[in-house]
Amino acid sequence: MTSGHILEARNLVKRFGDFEAVKGIDVAIDRGESFGFLGPNGAGKTSTMRMISAISQPTDGTIEIFGLDPRVDGPEIRRRLGVVPQEDSLELELSVKNNLLMYGRYFDLPRRVIRERTTELLEFTQLSERANDKVDNLSGGMKRRLTIARGLMNRPEILILDEPTTGLDPQARHLLWDRLYRLKREGVTLIITTHYMDEAEQLCDRLVVMDQGKIVAEGAPRALIERFSTREVVELRFATDDHEQYFNQFTKFADRVEVLPDRILLYVNDGDDALRDVHAAGIAPASALVRRSSLEDVFLHLTGRSLTD
Amino acid sequence: MLTRALPLFGSRRSVRVLERNALVYRSQWLMLLSGFFEPLFYLLSLSIGLNKLVGPLHIDGHAFSYATFVAPGMLATSAMNGAMIDSIFNPFFRLKISRTYDALLATPLEVTDIALGEVLWALVRATLYAASFIICMALLGDARSPWVILCWPGAILTSFAFSCFGLAVCTYIRSWQDFDLVALVQMPLFLFSGTFFPITLYPRWLGAIISFSPLYQSAALLRGFSLGQFDWIMIMRASYLLVIALVGLYVASRRFQKILTP
Ligand SMILES: Nc1ncnc2c1ncn2[C@@H]1O[C@H](COP(=O)(O)OP(=O)(O)OP(=O)(O)O)[C@@H](O)[C@H]1O
Ligand SMILES: [Mg+2]
Repeated sequence: MTSGHILEARNLVKRFGDFEAVKGIDVAIDRGESFGFLGPNGAGKTSTMRMISAISQPTDGTIEIFGLDPRVDGPEIRRRLGVVPQEDSLELELSVKNNLLMYGRYFDLPRRVIRERTTELLEFTQLSERANDKVDNLSGGMKRRLTIARGLMNRPEILILDEPTTGLDPQARHLLWDRLYRLKREGVTLIITTHYMDEAEQLCDRLVVMDQGKIVAEGAPRALIERFSTREVVELRFATDDHEQYFNQFTKFADRVEVLPDRILLYVNDGDDALRDVHAAGIAPASALVRRSSLEDVFLHLTGRSLTD
Repeated sequence: MLTRALPLFGSRRSVRVLERNALVYRSQWLMLLSGFFEPLFYLLSLSIGLNKLVGPLHIDGHAFSYATFVAPGMLATSAMNGAMIDSIFNPFFRLKISRTYDALLATPLEVTDIALGEVLWALVRATLYAASFIICMALLGDARSPWVILCWPGAILTSFAFSCFGLAVCTYIRSWQDFDLVALVQMPLFLFSGTFFPITLYPRWLGAIISFSPLYQSAALLRGFSLGQFDWIMIMRASYLLVIALVGLYVASRRFQKILTP
């Protein structure tokens, strides 16, 4: 049952006891594509990633990776995957270098090859100076970088990254993005989860938004924005702890209104126009900002427990 | 409905777990040395001290010194203790506290490889410790027969049984408090398994219970080798240990699977 996709999952279900964390999702990812999973905490992203990494077994449904079945060819599939899990799970007692050495050994790489790649990977993750330090003594962000380096040790065909940049400073984040672009150009397939919408917009050709174990939207970032949001957004803040009281006042100015704890979002076609109307109606917000819609707005619209609609 | 074609036991890949442990313990060689010397000190003190206090024993019409009697028991006990520490304490930490194994599961290794790898690691150490113990036994004159050499595979079999059993036990441990429970079981096993005196001294019913103790079976097996007294029942004893090993490893593998990839 070869599908032509490098990875294909059908009706994927993951249950933990009575709780259904993933409720029958379908994904098909092409070779060389970079594919994103977005969703709020507990949406089922990590559960899904672990299944498509051939690590955990689906409760129901089928997965095909490289045309192989993880239930039969798990080791062979994982040999060709790179995984950056959400939790680092590094060897705290070992040095940075030995962490990479051991990880390479799990893939049966010869020590000489591991040494070469270690030098290169430590340079990329800017950990060369810390090569001989015990991992326990690294900062959180450094550990994260080491986990990323580790995931690249076996030169994977598919790289699966679960919130790779959480805990990274902006510079390290951009370094990783650069590296991911490069890998993509080299033909590596990327599968990413993230809570950073800018990251998703930058990195993903295509993404799905998950909520409560289901896929609620799928498409290219731009297409999703066009479909689920307006062209522009007006952000208003008032000097109050309770923005909800303003909700009714604004429905007439916008296609859609979202009330967040600290601000109100007006979804409109022309932001400046809308803001002028607001001012004309004698409403004086403490601050106002007009911006273009982003994935953030799609995310909010699809998964936010908003008061609108 | 989705039954995974997980192999019954680990594969050749389990050697990587061995490699990992060797790398981690390289910096902790002092701990490795203590594993060497502890049983040897016991042997030395018993051979030199107790031999003088306790006169020759007569069992089944044979007479021999107390040290000759107790040395194989000590070997069995140290094989048990070493295996239990290696397979309960450390794997528990890796399984539930440091979550070391999680990273291994993203590599070609299978859960069964991890379980088998931990057992192999325990066996490598057991092999070295047993060898040094048996050499000392011979040097101190506590062995009566050249067949004492068979104590070596015998002790390794003992370690195999206890490390597999221990690994299965380790998966049921919820917190550090549960280790007290393990000690509570291990203590009487240690004291009543015919390691210090023959179980023929116990009432019949107690002897019958004790014969289920793998430590007793191991001690009896090793004693047979060191005295050069062979008996068909020794095949039963060895088989009993082997069955414990295989059942233990099987249970441990399944439990690892359940815990690591729920
Ligand atoms: N081992 C487990 N046992 C029981 N429930 C679990 C287990 N792992 C995950 N869950 C539950 O499954 C749901 C989905 O969890 P998952 O980790 O997949 O979410 P996520 O989308 O990755 O969230 P986050 O953004 O916080 O990482 C959660 O409600 C979680 O509590
Ligand atoms: Mg997650």
